[in-house]
Amino acid sequence: MNGAPGDAPGDAPRDGGWTRDEMMTIAASRLLWNGCVCFVGIGLPSAACNLARLTHAPDLVLIYESGTLGTKPDVLPLSIGDGELADTAACVIPLPEVFAWYLQAGRVDVGFLGAAQIDRYGNLNSTVIGAYDQPTTRLPGAGGATEIAAHARRTFVMLKASPRSFVTRLDFRTSAGYFEGRGNRGASGARGGGPRAVITDFGVLVPDPHSEELTLDALFPGATVAEARSLVGWPLAVGATVRGIDGPRADELATLRALQERTRAAHSADHSRG
Amino acid sequence: MPLLTLRAAIEQFVPDGCCAALEGFTHLIPFAAGHEIIRQGKRDLALVRMTPDLVYDQMIGMGCASRLTFSWGGNPGVGSLHRLRDAVEHGWPAPLALDEHTHAGMAAAYSAGAARLPFGVLRGYIGTDLARENPRIRSVTCPYTGEQLATVPAINPDVTILHAQRADREGNVVLHGIVGAQREAALAASALVVTVEEIVERFPPMMNAILLPHWVVSAVVHCPRGAYPAYAQGYYARDNAFYTRWDAIARDRTGFLAWMREHVLTPSAA
Repeated sequence: MNGAPGDAPGDAPRDGGWTRDEMMTIAASRLLWNGCVCFVGIGLPSAACNLARLTHAPDLVLIYESGTLGTKPDVLPLSIGDGELADTAACVIPLPEVFAWYLQAGRVDVGFLGAAQIDRYGNLNSTVIGAYDQPTTRLPGAGGATEIAAHARRTFVMLKASPRSFVTRLDFRTSAGYFEGRGNRGASGARGGGPRAVITDFGVLVPDPHSEELTLDALFPGATVAEARSLVGWPLAVGATVRGIDGPRADELATLRALQERTRAAHSADHSRG
Repeated sequence: MPLLTLRAAIEQFVPDGCCAALEGFTHLIPFAAGHEIIRQGKRDLALVRMTPDLVYDQMIGMGCASRLTFSWGGNPGVGSLHRLRDAVEHGWPAPLALDEHTHAGMAAAYSAGAARLPFGVLRGYIGTDLARENPRIRSVTCPYTGEQLATVPAINPDVTILHAQRADREGNVVLHGIVGAQREAALAASALVVTVEEIVERFPPMMNAILLPHWVVSAVVHCPRGAYPAYAQGYYARDNAFYTRWDAIARDRTGFLAWMREHVLTPSAA
């Protein structure tokens, strides 16, 4: 969830003149439909949602957990509570209402999640690497994620792939995906549908309808099954037919880059003196 | 409702060892109050905040805290809170006990605290190891449906400190923009201190605009730019460039201490 899109080391433009971060953002934006109510996190999800709003889904309803409903930011927020989000919101409500009356009440169609680790059933860790009491790396923690994972009608996970992030066993389960698969989630009291897509560097994983194990469903242009397997820490299941995802269209790239350019200019402004 | 100096308000309402909540969700974070707590060398505080943010990174790094109740401890959009991490991973400058929740859980705990109920209830903490690590997260069986629901003990700070845009001479407080869980945290506390950008004689009649009536406010402190480098809607913007720079400042102990000495501890900074 950290860092601006496009700044990852090694995220150089590909043959088509776009980066994998850009492709991830664009692929995620295409999963959103006009009018859907979307609970947004900072980073790639925020970029993806606003790209969708500025292209094919102008009536997308964005909710940030700071209580800004129906917000239409001109630049991407650095934090979940930037003034830009309040200035451009349809309304601003107290935070307890966002979680109790909107998310828990089932009024969110799509929740976006990131994490440090994911397992083959879409369970997520954003709390610690190592033991909880003596972590080697203390991560920020749950924030809104645990309840987004439980209550959004579906979740989309955006996470860059490496054997360190796509792991056989989580160090800590912060947010529930499909637990151990095969219908486990149904008995948990989680009312939302769980992770319907994981958007990562090489393409998209979706849960198998029976086992609920994440399965390679689609590849970005230039990505291969062998590359996908090399970046995933468990033996990756591959769907019977792996779709090819269309590369970025010119209008998608132009809109995304203009948004990020506005964002960079806004966040480097000096506010240290009144 | 007394109008106090920042120094007097912290001396009076933040004794060593107390439970203090400095709330404000990204917006209206009471930084100036946090800095005064650091200057007065407060110790052994049980700090409560949904998002510790830079203000608690600074207070923890300066040794003010022994316990932290929180739900998301990062530098928003930037990365880690390095002083918080150093305290948790290495016990520097002092061990820090964690009482860790989710946002929804903390919101429920503050709401229960404001209502003086013993616990908050929610459909939450489903499938998370947090409930295993934090014994304060429990469950109750609904007496009407039999459903198992998560519970969190009410949060009732000894003192809640907020920053707001305006107060009047009587001590009524208005704030607008992102309001987080500030009302709940305010009414959950035994004492409430509010630092404000501006004090006006009286507010025109506004029906729903006064968030905290004067008789729940213990003290008001006139403190322009008291939320900087966070922001006050209508007064100044969040200094996102500073939040980004903080990552390097706080990364190592020496650099952090030097920055705090220069910008917070020296008399000219006070």
